Amino acid sequence: MGIFHHFMNLKAVYIHWGWFQISITNLLVILFMLVLFGLALVLPFPGNKKGKDQK
Amino acid sequence: MSADIEKEMWTSKLRKGWQKNLPIEKLLPDTQPAYVASWIYLFGVATLAALGVIVASGLVLSFEGASWYHYSSVGHFVNSMHFWSVQFFFIFMVVHLWGKFWMAAWRGRRLLTWITGALAFVGSIATAFTGYLIQTNFDSQWISYEAKDGFNSVGIGSRFNVTNFGQMILLHVAFLPVIIGVITLIHVLLVRAKGVVPPIDAFNNELGERK
Ligand code: HEM
Repeated sequence: MGIFHHFMNLKAVYIHWGWFQISITNLLVILFMLVLFGLALVLPFPGNKKGKDQK
Repeated sequence: MSADIEKEMWTSKLRKGWQKNLPIEKLLPDTQPAYVASWIYLFGVATLAALGVIVASGLVLSFEGASWYHYSSVGHFVNSMHFWSVQFFFIFMVVHLWGKFWMAAWRGRRLLTWITGALAFVGSIATAFTGYLIQTNFDSQWISYEAKDGFNSVGIGSRFNVTNFGQMILLHVAFLPVIIGVITLIHVLLVRAKGVVPPIDAFNNELGERK
């Protein structure tokens, strides 16, 4: 049933760094949230013309 | 007798307090200050939307039952909707939390907004955990048998028994969602009552209306 289905049924892959251990999935989720946070701060908000005029 | 009549009734106290703190103009506003025009302010309502999908798909799962969502393709689909809306609920909530943290959005008597948010976060983790315990598959068996030692070691295993399916399913579908719902309602009403917090640099002049 496709690559995604296959991927969801695999055993979690972990990476280690000394005492630190995290699954690739959890690492990806954290990176995704950081990217989302960054984009929310820098991307211009549509229809914010008034705000620009005032400046 | 006359003293009794003079004493204000709780209904009138509630009405006056409500009208003072949350008049209908504040509850359903049609404009917001200019600084609210940023993507970061959308994550609260995105969290709320995800919660809506969680509740709706969860209701369908409850009515159709485990044999439906384990074996039929539509059942798999609704089960996946429930799972993925939870993933996005947490992702949006964390970005929302980060945003409010860096805005120090508890300024101007908004501490209770922050606290109800934090309670919603902790309560959501408990709800998600009980959700993993009632999947009725080997995953949930594994999770509950790993978790029971942890709960027993802190002495609450007899009250909160993660291997008790009946207890976990009732907590997940009845008790915890109601708690999350009530906390979220208070959270959003507090935001409406206080208004969106001004940015940090605008604090001194904008917060002249500080209440
Ligand atoms: C069930 C989860 C949650 C929902 C549905 C939710 C919803 C909302 C909504 C709709 C707003 C107004 C719009 C916005 O600024 O984004 C808001 C504001 C706020 N949220 Fe949440 N939130 C949740 C969790 C949290 C958490 C975990 C925190 C932090 C611990 C938090 C802290 C705040 C604060 C401080 C404000 C007020 C901002 C202000 O007054 O300007 N919330 N929330």
